[in-house]
Amino acid sequence: MNLQLAEDGRLRHLLTLDGLPRAIITQILDTAESFMDVGEREVKKVPLLRGKSIFNLFFEPSTRTRTTFEIAAKRLSADVVNLNIATSSQTKGEAILDTVDNLAAMHADMFIVRHAQSGAAHFIARHVAPHISVVNAGDGRHAHPTQGLLDMFTIRRYKGEFHNLTVAIVGDVLHSRVARSQIHALTTLGVPEVRVIGPKTLLPAGVEQMGVRVFHDMEEGLAGCDVIIMLRLQNERMKGARLPSAQEYFKFFGLTPEKLALAKPDAIVMHPGPMNRGVEIASEVADGPQSVILPQVTYGIAVRMAVMAMLAGTGNA
Amino acid sequence: MHASLPDANTLIARLADALAPTLTPDTLIVGIHTGGVWVAERLHALLGCKLPLGTLDISFYRDDFSRIGLHPQVKPSNLPFDLEGRAILLVDDVLHTGRTVRAAMNELFDYGRPASIRLAVLVDRGGHELPIRPDFAGLTITVPDHQNINLSRLDDGHLTLTLA
Repeated sequence: MNLQLAEDGRLRHLLTLDGLPRAIITQILDTAESFMDVGEREVKKVPLLRGKSIFNLFFEPSTRTRTTFEIAAKRLSADVVNLNIATSSQTKGEAILDTVDNLAAMHADMFIVRHAQSGAAHFIARHVAPHISVVNAGDGRHAHPTQGLLDMFTIRRYKGEFHNLTVAIVGDVLHSRVARSQIHALTTLGVPEVRVIGPKTLLPAGVEQMGVRVFHDMEEGLAGCDVIIMLRLQNERMKGARLPSAQEYFKFFGLTPEKLALAKPDAIVMHPGPMNRGVEIASEVADGPQSVILPQVTYGIAVRMAVMAMLAGTGNA
Repeated sequence: MHASLPDANTLIARLADALAPTLTPDTLIVGIHTGGVWVAERLHALLGCKLPLGTLDISFYRDDFSRIGLHPQVKPSNLPFDLEGRAILLVDDVLHTGRTVRAAMNELFDYGRPASIRLAVLVDRGGHELPIRPDFAGLTITVPDHQNINLSRLDDGHLTLTLA
């Protein structure tokens, strides 16, 4: 059974992009497109989710993702409650469901969930009443579907089509839920060549089975790319002896203007943020003409509006 | 196909004739997706309007959203002008319950405060559920609730009214 889809095929929860039909992904991107102009109007709101209560349930800290979900919900006229729940007091699954039950008793219509543990959003989605929708805002190393979708939206805005692209994902794929969501979405949308580039210690074993080409040499991997997605290198990975040092990493896998020149001249550079300047990306590239890193943030609002609007429309509220 | 329904293009020409004396050069024409935009495009051309045509998709303003959900093909609204203090001519193909027009007016006000809004429809078919009446109608008829009037556009751009 697909937990994400209702019996009539409409979106019920958004938990992962793995197995999400292409038609649904395209519908989300199209809907997001029509939300784009709402941010430019005199009144930056539409009344779609008036009277609905959305709870941002963040068991793991995040500023950008939580803020863009909050803005998106408010632009849909929903009431938003932000809950930052310290992971220390939430060590067992049972406690999570207690929290969820309490919020459901307050007439929650939707939960936006971020958790350090993979599968947390699925766990909640299986538990909630039928009229409540769950959006995964990042669970462990597993998935971050709205980030994946906003990346697809960004690519479509700049490149128009997917069927003729070469896309490279560079860096710490091993620990990245963002990378997993991107790979699923890119292959579903028909991108013929998805590459992952990184040191052996930061690429998951068997990543080729996800339909990607693996490169350990960045120069080689970037050649001819239309889209370059840089991943954040978590500082704690440095301590785990997977990498010698930030300087060393930058030398081999940091995106510099020289390396960027190996991709197509009109290649775009993306990053899910927050960036480590001088570690995975040089400032000249991050702030340069090929960078679309800030538009990604703006698009994230429209994409999250689209997801929430589609979910709220399939409930029986 | 219903024999008694007049040709859509004749009705549009009739509407344009009725509208012509009432339009000022700064009147903005706004069509409601999808049929209303087709009619608005024709009127815009027939009336020789110099200002760009506006289009509205009212999907985000529908009052039945929580029952039927989001329309799968939402088109972007496009109002390439400032509405503040302007005269608006709102155009739709068929006026039935009036709920679409209510939604369209709510959306317009989220772009600014127009000086006035008038409503032109190709067909007023009755069955109103709100105190909304057209200022201009190409055709006024009464159609039973279980029947629908639809405007469709052929590949060659020809518009046809059908009763089903």
